[in-house]
Amino acid sequence: MRSIYGWILVIIVAAAISFYAQLFLNPYLQQILLYIAINVLLATSLNLVNGFCGQFSLGHAGFMAIGAYTSAMVSLHFQPFVGSLEILNFPIYAIIGGSASALAGFFVGIPSLRLRGDYLAIVTLGFGEIIRVVLLNLNVVGGARGLYGLPGKTDFLSCFHAFFWAGMTVLLLWRLVHSSFGRAFLSVREDSIAAECMGINTTRVKVMAFVISSFFAGAAGSLFAHATNSLNPASFQFVKSVDVVIMVVLGGMGSITGSLLGVVLVTILPEALRPLQNYTHIDLRMVIYSLVLILMMILKPSGLLGSREWNQLLWWRRKGAA
Amino acid sequence: MEELVQHIINGLNLGAIYALIALGYTMVYGVLQLINFAHSEVYMVGAFAAYYGALRFNLVEHPGWSSFFVTLVIAMVACSILGLCIERFAYRPMRNAPRINNLITAIGVSLFLQFSGQLVFGADPKVFPEVLHDSVLFSFGEIQIRIFDVTILGVALVAMGFLNYFIHKTKTGMAIRAVSFSFRSATLMGINVNAIIMITFVLGSSLAGIGAVLVGLKYPKIDPLMGMLIGLKAFVAAVLGGIGNLTGAVVGGLMMGLLEEMVVAYISSTYRDALAFGLLIFILLVKPSGLFGQTRVEKV
Repeated sequence: MRSIYGWILVIIVAAAISFYAQLFLNPYLQQILLYIAINVLLATSLNLVNGFCGQFSLGHAGFMAIGAYTSAMVSLHFQPFVGSLEILNFPIYAIIGGSASALAGFFVGIPSLRLRGDYLAIVTLGFGEIIRVVLLNLNVVGGARGLYGLPGKTDFLSCFHAFFWAGMTVLLLWRLVHSSFGRAFLSVREDSIAAECMGINTTRVKVMAFVISSFFAGAAGSLFAHATNSLNPASFQFVKSVDVVIMVVLGGMGSITGSLLGVVLVTILPEALRPLQNYTHIDLRMVIYSLVLILMMILKPSGLLGSREWNQLLWWRRKGAA
Repeated sequence: MEELVQHIINGLNLGAIYALIALGYTMVYGVLQLINFAHSEVYMVGAFAAYYGALRFNLVEHPGWSSFFVTLVIAMVACSILGLCIERFAYRPMRNAPRINNLITAIGVSLFLQFSGQLVFGADPKVFPEVLHDSVLFSFGEIQIRIFDVTILGVALVAMGFLNYFIHKTKTGMAIRAVSFSFRSATLMGINVNAIIMITFVLGSSLAGIGAVLVGLKYPKIDPLMGMLIGLKAFVAAVLGGIGNLTGAVVGGLMMGLLEEMVVAYISSTYRDALAFGLLIFILLVKPSGLFGQTRVEKV
């Protein structure tokens, strides 16, 4: 029974946010809200690899790009539903984009996850860059010009669709990391040799985490493609991967609640700082981000929430646990 | 045939530069077991220091060997100071932290320098001043050997020779080797590990400074993001040779330069950047310890 409550909660929250957005927010704020939903997918899925599994991937933008471009190409040639049912196409695109990305994650993951942390970071970084260079040189997907005129709307249903995906990602990942299977992730993070001694196939667990993570990154790419109606390889630069890493690190590696907090902070902060940019005429965003990253690592390496989740943050629940 | 020889000369030049930068990666990895992502930005700052230094002292007006060496010294000093600052303020507070935190800090420092570089130096590319005139030194038929080719190889060889002497023949060098062999035993033997790490950063960063001036001579366009790609390639070179191994870094750098030149010459220049990553993935699959590295067994 409990499983149904989660889904009901996701639907209610997604519907509530979408209603609020449609009734009270201007298109600019609606767009920011959509980006928050997309970033929730990216950050929580990266947290599965970087936070829960203790690996360090720097190529999330690459997987997002695969999902986005696959979904965009499919949407240009294949529209199973037309008219008022058009919205039903988008979940299909997102699943296709996610699957393509998961497949890429599988093939990248198998060789590279045998490597230790810092090598993995470099390989995933390299992979992300290779994807971008390939997209730049592929004429089928528009090359440097990008793809334009993708289907997509910003009405209530699209907003609901994005937030439903965000809620679903959080719910599924939450269930995953709190299952016995999810404990295998944690054991690999804490001590991979001990985990192996306990009969856990560490490579398999890592690849699994990587594939699941890439799936949601691809789905996020699909949402992004249809939210902006256009795609360009420049959207998937290394800086995009760093954005996601910062969300995860800021919120706390190994905390889904923390990732949500990180997403909200990192998405809203640059928008809130925009007046400052008008004043100084320079883009300080990345400078601030990188400083935050360094200071965070020196002063509070566990991130804002550490590995605590929302239920450990509530004071009435904490009394008994402590 | 002549074309091939010419490509080999170019490849060796490029490779010597990669080797200089790869040495910095490999030395820091040796003592700290940390991929110093910020190394490529140290190199970038070296190029800009040389640029501003050459403008400040009006070296462009009398190009020649003395101007060239003054530029080299400026870049080396600037890089050393930056390297020391990075070590002192970013890496030393993290000495006992988990490796992944060190890695994130390194990436943070790298991004910080890249983007503050864009603010301070401006995002648009600048032309590196011509502190030394290039001309053909001698030629065999179609093959031309230019002054820059000889300079780059010569300076790189001298720097590497000095480094080799320093690491293997001096007491400080022995201490560096001791620290990279075992951090904790070195402390127990009364070696001031912090001082040794600082010396390592100074050495590595000065080599990056030399590399920056040499690149500035050969490819005179500098911008704040120039470090990223060359840094990655130098890192791949270090991994190719076996990270933590000095000979490996030099051999890896030369191989990387030659391979890249061959790919550009005989396949296509669009693949030159993909080569580095492809090579990296290949080595890590086949022999993760690199050509000269020893495999360390992980103990519980």
